Amino acid sequence: MTTQWETVIGLEIHTQLATQSKIFSGASTAYGAEPNTQACAVDLGLPGVLPVLNEQAVRMAVTFGLAIDAHIAPHSVFARKNYFYPDLPKGYQISQMDLPIVGNGHLDIEVDGETKRIGITRAHLEEDAGKSLHESYHGMTGIDLNRAGTPLLEIVSEPDMRSAKEAVAYMRKLHELVRYLEICDGNMQEGSFRCDANVSVRPKGQAEFGTRAEIKNINSFKFVEKAINHEIERQIEVIENGGKVVQETRLYDANKDETRSMRSKEEANDYRYFPDPDLLPVVISDEFKAQVKATLPELPHAKKQRFIEQYGQDDESATTLTSSRELADFYEAVVKNSGVDAKLASNWMTGDVLGALNKAGLEISQSPVSAERLAGLLKRIADNTISGRTAKQVFDKLWNGTATADEIIEQEGLKQITDTGAIEAIVDKVIAANPGPVEQYRSGKDKALMALVGQIMKETQGKANPGEVNKMLIEKLKG
Amino acid sequence: MYNLTIAELAKGLRAGEFSSVELTQTFLKRIHQHSALNAYVTVTDELALQQAKAADAKLASGDASLLTGIPIAQKDIFCTLGVKTSCGSKMLDNFIAPYNATVVDKLNQAGAVMLGKVNMDEFAMGSSNETSFYGPTKNPWNTNTVPGGSSGGSATAVAARLAVCATGTDTGGSIRQPAALCGITGLKPTYGRVSRYGMIAYASSLDQGGPMTRNAEDAAILLQAMAGFDEKDSTSVDQPVPDYLADLNKPLTGLKIGLPKEFFTADLNSDMAATLEAAINHYRQLGAEVKEVSMPTLKMAIPAYYVIAPAECSANLSRFDGVRFGYRCDNPADLSDLYTRSRGEAFGKEVKRRILMGTYALSAGYYDAYYIKAQKVRRLISDDFKNALSEVDVIMGPVTPTPAFGIGEKLANPIEMYLSDIYTIAINLAGLPAMSIPAGFINGLPVGLQIIGNYFDEARLLNVAHQYQQVTNWHQQKPKGFE
Repeated sequence: MTTQWETVIGLEIHTQLATQSKIFSGASTAYGAEPNTQACAVDLGLPGVLPVLNEQAVRMAVTFGLAIDAHIAPHSVFARKNYFYPDLPKGYQISQMDLPIVGNGHLDIEVDGETKRIGITRAHLEEDAGKSLHESYHGMTGIDLNRAGTPLLEIVSEPDMRSAKEAVAYMRKLHELVRYLEICDGNMQEGSFRCDANVSVRPKGQAEFGTRAEIKNINSFKFVEKAINHEIERQIEVIENGGKVVQETRLYDANKDETRSMRSKEEANDYRYFPDPDLLPVVISDEFKAQVKATLPELPHAKKQRFIEQYGQDDESATTLTSSRELADFYEAVVKNSGVDAKLASNWMTGDVLGALNKAGLEISQSPVSAERLAGLLKRIADNTISGRTAKQVFDKLWNGTATADEIIEQEGLKQITDTGAIEAIVDKVIAANPGPVEQYRSGKDKALMALVGQIMKETQGKANPGEVNKMLIEKLKG
Repeated sequence: MYNLTIAELAKGLRAGEFSSVELTQTFLKRIHQHSALNAYVTVTDELALQQAKAADAKLASGDASLLTGIPIAQKDIFCTLGVKTSCGSKMLDNFIAPYNATVVDKLNQAGAVMLGKVNMDEFAMGSSNETSFYGPTKNPWNTNTVPGGSSGGSATAVAARLAVCATGTDTGGSIRQPAALCGITGLKPTYGRVSRYGMIAYASSLDQGGPMTRNAEDAAILLQAMAGFDEKDSTSVDQPVPDYLADLNKPLTGLKIGLPKEFFTADLNSDMAATLEAAINHYRQLGAEVKEVSMPTLKMAIPAYYVIAPAECSANLSRFDGVRFGYRCDNPADLSDLYTRSRGEAFGKEVKRRILMGTYALSAGYYDAYYIKAQKVRRLISDDFKNALSEVDVIMGPVTPTPAFGIGEKLANPIEMYLSDIYTIAINLAGLPAMSIPAGFINGLPVGLQIIGNYFDEARLLNVAHQYQQVTNWHQQKPKGFE
């Protein structure tokens, strides 16, 4: 008899806060500068320097806390986490331990059509370390301290996830949220959003958790799923072969698709946390909280509900269009600018626009077609100036050029034929030239109509309104 | 000229009796002449003369402060741009600071002339100046004795007339104890009154910079320039700095002085007790009322301090790892070798001892029993002071158990050395301001009187000290050979 296993997953996600300057110094946080050009005396940990807390980082942490309905600590404390590493200039990291700024909150995820609430234990502020560069130093190590002191919000979930799929859903949801709140750029390649996963397995029905392993630094949604699934298999195999899972930290190797041990619990550092005497406790007043609350944007879930109600969208397109704040804003700008039916706009957004962006590997913010130009196109569809088919042609031109839809329609002579006399002449001509299909239709084969419509559209170079053509053709054939 | 105080020199400079350049040259000459005292780690002759020249120009233009053109010594714990800042350690023997401490900036702005950087116990850990990598500074009153520490170089420089005044820092008594042992005036301000930015940290929650001078009036002038909120130091307090000279001459009629019975026990050396009694009597004559107060938690100050200060220092000194600046061992085999040998070779014994104690106190399983407990004790001590200071205006007592001790006498016995700060340490734990002023001599060696005040009550301390100095002349005594 084989045991049914249940997986238990908790995630720790490090989000780099999108502040202009570092959490404890005035140096810039911009990514990609020459090594050590964005590290000031404080970031270098020179003798005598002192940290000064960046208020913007605090504001962002509170913003996050309010968005997940969390307890905001009126009094939180920075602590020193002590360990030696060459890219940790002070020999300690300033973090929060006993009194984090954000307490208990939650985030709802959707998996297979069901909503599940994931608890968030805490979120705390801390500074990032620098980077050790092992390449091209001839056996030596280079140190780049540009990243040292970049503000991080470490978001720790409850062990509430039961599959890699749920873990990915949670991670995506969080990713979406921090970008909505504009507290993190979400750039995973640059390490702005990184994940550690705590994974354990237990026989189904057992109340206690199994021994967990922590998988460090997984930097894409795809790898999170793979790393967790791999780790689950490994743990089950260990147990089924009579072994025991040991508490340890493991590293995921994306190239080999495996995790391997970094250090065991016994080898783990004693970080000797204690309150940092250089920093005062962070005091969050009710006024400050209220002030931040007033600036909170509409959150993804609320926006989705509103899109369903206000624009009559189905769940799927509402989900798609609210998946990022930029996309939702783009959509609303199109609706507002064009004044067309919201449904027509959402069909175009979820279909042609997102399709083209995906193909080109672009974000909505990089779209060559602005909301205003797209609105110009939709207006002409709505007022029957062009057909849906012609519209696709115009969209291609919008994408590859700078002209407006009206200019393109004018230049290319794409205006629909609205003169019914002219259409009637062509319809008559096609009926006369195609006795076969005409006979078939009259004998009850509805399909034959399509061939006739096709012929007419060809004759009009697609400029006739297909609805109009259909209607006229049926009348003539029946009459 | 070198016997004059800041106030007197400022008059002389304005009257054109001498220039800052002349004054500076006089002091530089004395420094080199008395180099055997080992007060200075670095003498910045050239820079000093440049600053003096600039000061003379400022004086001529009438745009001068009381400190313009006054030669001072900086404790080698304050970072000075382009000048070696060693902190008394081999670790930083090669460290040229790339920036100025806020205190240094402020004194530069005031037009003071820096003569150089003065010796200190390594990373301010010590009470005798003997832990310095540069060897002990000698006490000018008897060169076989210590000047105290950690600001021993500052105290010797001021007492031996190798500077008009000096900066010091006080974590457990490091301004007051050497001031007492060298017969000068030292003031440890309220924690947060003087910026710590650029002052190399020993124990961040206790460290405080302050003035070391010939008398209380000079201390007021120097503190005036050093004090103030600094946005680069989150623990500095945003509170206006009063005019410290304004209240100096206020009469002391009705002043309430508290004497903690825990300070005046049978353990107190009888000569010391007699000296203090004489000083208190002066205050009675000046119209003060004296009463006994009790602070039962004072006896816990030393154990609490030797948990908190080492705990903080164990983290503060982690940045000295041989990676980015300071000493690096030769040919490290690997990372661990780089760390262990760089730190092992460059830190002295006392520094290592405190790093070890602090690391231990913060370790998993010991943290609650040591660090948390010590913090609780710290709160109780603060409460004791608060209660006492609700009944009296100032508290008085000894600064040290004995006058200066012999070089080498206590070095082998750290506990005995730690007990030299038994009367000063509690004040740091409470964060209060306190002064040490010369109050007499025992066997030809100076002893100090400690005056402790309420938070941000430095002006009162200076007033109380100044009035005493109007009716006594202990502060005007000069060590033989340095007059």
